[in-house]
Amino acid sequence: MNDARKSWLRPAALAALLVALAFAAASCGGDDDESGGGDAASTEIAGLGTSLDEIKQKAREEGEVDLIQWPGYAQLTKEFKQQTGCTVKTKDGATSDDMVQLLTSGQYDGVSASGNASVRLMARGDVAPVNTDLIPNYADVQESIKNQDYNSRDGQPYGVPHGRGPNLLAWRTDAVTPAPDSWGAIWDTNTPYKGKISIYDDSIFIADAALYLKATKPDLGIDNPYQLNEEQFNASIDLLKGLAPNVGEWWADYAKQIQSYANKDVVIGTTWPYQVNTLTADKKPVKGIKPKEGTTGWSDTWMIYSKAKHPNCMYLWMDHMISPEAQALVAEGFGEAPVNLKACALTKNKNHCDQFHASDDSWWDDVYYWTTPTADCGGKGGTCKTQEDWVNAWTEIRG
Amino acid sequence: MTSTPYAEPPPRPTVGRRLSTFFYRHSYVGLFLLLLVPIGWLLIGYGGSLFVLLLSSLWDTDPFTSEVVHTYNLDNFRRILEEDVYREVAWRTIKMAALVTIADAVLAFPIAYYMARVAAPRTRNLLVVAVLMPLWASYLVKAYAWRTILSGAGVINWALDPFGLSFDGYSSVGLWLVFTYLWLPFMILPVYAGLERIPTSLLEASADLGGRSLRTFFRVTVPLAFPAVVAGSIFTFSLTLGDYIAPDLITSQQFIGTVIYDQRGTNLPVAAAFTLVPIAVMVVYLIVAKRLKAFEAL
Repeated sequence: MNDARKSWLRPAALAALLVALAFAAASCGGDDDESGGGDAASTEIAGLGTSLDEIKQKAREEGEVDLIQWPGYAQLTKEFKQQTGCTVKTKDGATSDDMVQLLTSGQYDGVSASGNASVRLMARGDVAPVNTDLIPNYADVQESIKNQDYNSRDGQPYGVPHGRGPNLLAWRTDAVTPAPDSWGAIWDTNTPYKGKISIYDDSIFIADAALYLKATKPDLGIDNPYQLNEEQFNASIDLLKGLAPNVGEWWADYAKQIQSYANKDVVIGTTWPYQVNTLTADKKPVKGIKPKEGTTGWSDTWMIYSKAKHPNCMYLWMDHMISPEAQALVAEGFGEAPVNLKACALTKNKNHCDQFHASDDSWWDDVYYWTTPTADCGGKGGTCKTQEDWVNAWTEIRG
Repeated sequence: MTSTPYAEPPPRPTVGRRLSTFFYRHSYVGLFLLLLVPIGWLLIGYGGSLFVLLLSSLWDTDPFTSEVVHTYNLDNFRRILEEDVYREVAWRTIKMAALVTIADAVLAFPIAYYMARVAAPRTRNLLVVAVLMPLWASYLVKAYAWRTILSGAGVINWALDPFGLSFDGYSSVGLWLVFTYLWLPFMILPVYAGLERIPTSLLEASADLGGRSLRTFFRVTVPLAFPAVVAGSIFTFSLTLGDYIAPDLITSQQFIGTVIYDQRGTNLPVAAAFTLVPIAVMVVYLIVAKRLKAFEAL
């Protein structure tokens, strides 16, 4: 090989490589137009049985189901394995964004999606509509939670409701007196708890600011804290920028927040009932409430990935998670209201369903379930800030 | 296949034999096959992913679903340059990386010096094991342990409390301590190796020429070991630059790693664009390090 040949060979090889890579990159993106779901909701998934018996039979062959869950959601996995032959593998998500990202990696069969993930996932076609005839326990789910905009499209269910709960204002009773009854306890810029406030680290928390403004600044005309116009959005961001210097800790990892409350590094903040339950079980003086302004919350849905590798196991899993037994365990364990009221007879604390207002729909009127902000204000008309705006603003608030 | 086992010589060469002849005659083929896997890995696994990273930093996202849209523009870079928060975060991270590197260098040098020049062989081996030991423990365990140490109810505040003092561990100072601890072995080992390589004859020559121990140390040992310190600093600096777990656990401030981690789910192109900041910083750092002959000390 002489030098003259080498001199053109090297750039040529490099160019060929770059072209190949560009093609690879282009083809990676090529398929997302096809999957854009939403129209003609077909519940067919490759490999899914057409009857419950067929599903059960095929599930034995699949032998596995891979789930993305909020920590602590999957219950009775050993029993599930015995009954169906499907080994349950779970991956915890810290935020809804996390979960969307995990699901689209293509390695999971389903997800326990909150509204701010489920709406996006349905629009992207990443989750499939489900045939509820193949999910016997679906009949026992409360009607008021079926066919909501965060778990269905055009009357077609996308998954099964899991449970609902409020985000709580929680504090250490040995450090915060008098006991607060308002979110003002964290939003007041002159708070005595400066540097000891714990706040959820996700753009969805902007809604909590909007919710407080809805109650305290009616002039802004905030109706739905997730659909904010420019003025409402900016007011919420300003409120958050006032809060940021007082925040001791931004949490997304629940274990981190539990540790901080336990060590008194934070004394007040926003949290899930799960952390309050864990801390009180550990005899820590922590209390959590739904403040008078109402609160944000979640109503979660088990959804199936549209290209699930183990669709039969996933169908059985969706049915399993709304069985009274699993519902009772997860409702008490995580601290939420079950969607299958038959669970209420099975909880260890016989008053659990009453305490979590499982069938008291009016209690949930001022709990605003997480959902995705959209430019058309959730279909109400007008121009609202988008999910992207929320995320960008969040980076700025965090500073 | 013939059925006559006792055919006349010469016997047909075996497949292995013929292959070996082939490779002997065409030696470059063998070389090519040998290098195919590592070079392919470098080009596709390494270069390819960098290329895709660069490419995706030019993409856009759907404002509603956060899906990546494959249109090409420079908006992400414009945002990173124009919005103050990105600049502040980058600057904060670079400062942290520099301070951690300095602290590690100051801590590592005496330890490495003792190991290389003073300690008896047996103690030296023990020390090497002791330095390496923390690397065997999970990074997460160490980070969470530090959270406990730095907590208001942790051991540092417990020790300070009798003197009426307190220390806000969940701060940049706390993070600096954690990073300094985490990356110290990566500094000690190259410095130790560098010091060990200095020929004793040079030190003796310095003494013969009248150099006292301090003078010898500063005029001979330090300059000769300096490239090794720079080599170690490549690790401490780059590891700090990219880490996202410790900053998330210890402070409420954002660093380059945490911003990328948060954006990767919601705005992958912006995350990709921001990734190019630490890459650019490291390229400059490595060029300087090469000038300082650090690569020969690695």
